[in-house]
Amino acid sequence: MNSFEISPRRTLVVVGNGMVGHKLLEVLLDRGATAEWDIVTFCEEGRLAYDRVGLSSFFDGTSAEELSLVQPGFFERFGLTVHVGDAVASIDTKTAKVTSRNGLTVAYDALVLATGSYPFVPPLPGNDAPGCFVYRTLDDLEAIRDYAKSVRAGAVVGGGLLGLEAANALKCLGLETHVVEFADRLMPMQVDDAGSSALRRRIEDLGVSIHTGMRTEEIVRDRRGRVRGMHFANEGPNGPIDDLKVGMVVFSAGIRPRDELAKAAGLLMGERGGVIVDQACRTSDPRIYAIGECALAPDGGTARRRIYGLVAPGYHMARVVADRILGGDAEFRGADMSTKLKLLGIDVASFGDAFATAPGAEAVTYSDPLANVYQRLVVGPPDRKQRRQVTGGMLVGDASLYQTLVQMVRGDMPTPEHPEELIFPARSGTGPVTMGVGGLSDTAVICSCNNVDKGSICSAIGRGAHTVADMKDCTSAGTGCGGCVPLVTELLRFEMKRLGLEVSNALCEHFAYSRQELFDLVRVHRITSFSELVTSHGNGKGCEICKPAVASMLASLGGGYILDGEQAALQDTNDHFLANLQRDGTYSVIPRVPGGEITPDQLIAIGQVAKDFGLYTKITGAQRIDLFGARVDQLPDIWRRLVDVGMESGHAYGKALRTVKSCVGNTWCRFGVQDSVTLAIDLELRYRGLRAPHKLKAAVSGCTRECAEAQGKDFGVIATERGWNVYVCGNGGMKPQHGVLLAADLDRETVFRYLDRFLMFYIRSADRLERTNVWFNKLEGGIEHLRRVVIDDTLGICAELEADMAHHVATYECEWKATIDDPERVKRFRSFVNSDQPDPNVVFVTERGQPRPARPGEEKPDPALLATGTGL
Amino acid sequence: MRPHLSARMSPPPTEVWEDVCALADLVPGRGVAALVGKLQVAVFLVDDVDGKGELFALSNFDPFSEAFVLSRGIVGTRGDRLKVASPIYKQSFDLRTGESLDVPGVSVPVFGVRVVDGRVEVSHPA
Repeated sequence: MNSFEISPRRTLVVVGNGMVGHKLLEVLLDRGATAEWDIVTFCEEGRLAYDRVGLSSFFDGTSAEELSLVQPGFFERFGLTVHVGDAVASIDTKTAKVTSRNGLTVAYDALVLATGSYPFVPPLPGNDAPGCFVYRTLDDLEAIRDYAKSVRAGAVVGGGLLGLEAANALKCLGLETHVVEFADRLMPMQVDDAGSSALRRRIEDLGVSIHTGMRTEEIVRDRRGRVRGMHFANEGPNGPIDDLKVGMVVFSAGIRPRDELAKAAGLLMGERGGVIVDQACRTSDPRIYAIGECALAPDGGTARRRIYGLVAPGYHMARVVADRILGGDAEFRGADMSTKLKLLGIDVASFGDAFATAPGAEAVTYSDPLANVYQRLVVGPPDRKQRRQVTGGMLVGDASLYQTLVQMVRGDMPTPEHPEELIFPARSGTGPVTMGVGGLSDTAVICSCNNVDKGSICSAIGRGAHTVADMKDCTSAGTGCGGCVPLVTELLRFEMKRLGLEVSNALCEHFAYSRQELFDLVRVHRITSFSELVTSHGNGKGCEICKPAVASMLASLGGGYILDGEQAALQDTNDHFLANLQRDGTYSVIPRVPGGEITPDQLIAIGQVAKDFGLYTKITGAQRIDLFGARVDQLPDIWRRLVDVGMESGHAYGKALRTVKSCVGNTWCRFGVQDSVTLAIDLELRYRGLRAPHKLKAAVSGCTRECAEAQGKDFGVIATERGWNVYVCGNGGMKPQHGVLLAADLDRETVFRYLDRFLMFYIRSADRLERTNVWFNKLEGGIEHLRRVVIDDTLGICAELEADMAHHVATYECEWKATIDDPERVKRFRSFVNSDQPDPNVVFVTERGQPRPARPGEEKPDPALLATGTGL
Repeated sequence: MRPHLSARMSPPPTEVWEDVCALADLVPGRGVAALVGKLQVAVFLVDDVDGKGELFALSNFDPFSEAFVLSRGIVGTRGDRLKVASPIYKQSFDLRTGESLDVPGVSVPVFGVRVVDGRVEVSHPA
């Protein structure tokens, strides 16, 4: 057998199999290094390289296998030697040998240090108590996950990039999560004060508490020595501030290079740690290289050096070293520290000269406190043509411009003449792009019944469709189920305003006022009937738009039974028959189930009613039971039975409070911290029957796990260890939107007081059929404004709002009980005025053991009997 | 398209008037459904500004939803035309002519209606 030995084989030892160490192996293999080199690598952890950047996804269900960066069989296939669970203990630079902890000695021709970093743990008393963790390895994460099962709340020390990653992990584990930062803002290295504020508000909206400017003095321990809180040196207005009660603490306050091996080997070190390397990533020993977070590497062309804590510069160093080992002359002169991250689901990007520190640099900022979007664009000094180049920036909340801007910073793309238009497109007349309808893409479907997208609606506006009625004619949008009409209206107003057209807020052709203006007229002039209002402030006889809207206002202002006298003629059929009209003309019935709590007797009664009246039953999304298929003439009999077992109207038919959904709370749940069911019931009983511009949904969760989904409701309450957090203006429907935190850690009375004010303020000022989230998105000043009105009472209306609510609470009566008790009121519930015969055209078939309306073709009524008219 | 049946405008020669209810059974601004023969008819009472009332009768069938519901719609005006809006998808019909105000070419039948001695009567083809 012939063998050709072109050159003697050499040995490369790679110390560390982290992301950067592994990248080096991949590049070397890619470039055929194994032809010349035997490669031996030491991996201290029990696991081969994995994606440390995506670490927190471990808590979203990503497995350790999925995080792995190493293809199965990688080392075997390429003939590499890997020692897993063993680390290099010493380097003898004279003999060029390494000795491992397990006693293995390997001679090397080249050695690469890729030992990475370790988390910095501040020197605090108690920092090693059970319950203290760092956030670096999968082992750390597993330990955190296991310990989290026994605690309710956890704190992360460090509000930088890694700290927020760790906070995400605690949140994913269902803990009440706190972030404690020494600096006055979050991510001080990447974003400025304003950007940090936007980020903070967004994170707080997720239910994570942020504490900045905190001087931690001690990790407080219980008798058994386990973590039970954090003690601070800060002074509040009333003396020392309270300890933060948490069962675990995760330190994520920065990294330090793992350089002890290099130091012991006598390599040249930085004053504050890190192995000094040159542009070849070579240490003071020519056979030894260092890459990644252990290396103190060049930062620009000067003698400045830094530790690079990002993976991209680490990879760059790996490529440089691979090239050098193979005889090349690649250089590492510094790296772009541009970063774009998704922290807790929030986009954050920082790039180039983000803080505008270069001479002549100027910054343009765009801040949208409603959407908590912050964008800062940095431009360099003007050139001869007075043009400025984009040199850096930061983006919080919306980083969709990142790629474009980074390309401009790199000079790969020309900067436009007016760079500020990049973040603030007002100059070109297109208006700022905000969270509302303006932020929807042209292909976003608005009307799903007729598949009409935003682009079609906008072009119809351009062709002259300026009212919802025009829009229905032009595009069919809103002519199906009608659920998109508020969205169509919002889009119409947004687009017309954008095009400079006059926007009418008139409710309909009978009133030249908006709902809010009409509400004020009704309130101020103490108007009690529609005819009075239309005579004094409107024209014509009204219509299906203004009549129910006015009926709702009269009801909100305490008009009593909604079907007496003239009010009867104003109500939509749902309110008129106190039931929900279904597509076949029958009605559905939903009794109130406050908080979702129901007795066995009530369940049995509902089941018996459904059986006796042949109704279809279904559990609703709001923890109630809906009974379908009731004819008008059956409604009073059904309700007599329900009222007899103590049930009352659920107002599913009204633009009114539906359910206050709840989780089971600390009455039963191991994790609950408050009695969510009782609060939900009390809230529901307080606001039941309250008529509003649109339906109101609510929920109360007994802990931060949020099982009741309170952040997706018009108002939601989440228990904390200190009280209740109140969220408002969330929505789970066609445009899901997280509720925003109105106030935190309230006692019960304050929850009621703030919600009384909030609800009445919404009722006064919202448009017809405008849910709280849509109303909120249009509210100038956003949550700060809402807080000023509802909490600080800057408009001086809180006493009035509370009085209005007190009146509602005092005068509430169950509409169904009031109906069945009065034979005159029952009279209207007949299918026919001249016959007791039930409606012969209501036809059911049976499906899965229950009745449902017959579909066309299943049961055809005799056409000769129908008088169905013409045209369809 | 079938011919437009406009009973109110030109009652057929063999029309029959049928008693449906007392005028006092009607609520101004709302409708009721009545069985006239085997037809479902929606009868509406609209009160005038000067206190006088006017009666209208349409088919109770809403051709858009194909449900018998028009009697449960809200009565109002569009311009100077009196109309009722279907409670299902809110299309409006002219109370006098039965024409759809939203979709040209669609209409529902209208019936003759009158008050005799405080009783409401509706006409239908014999």
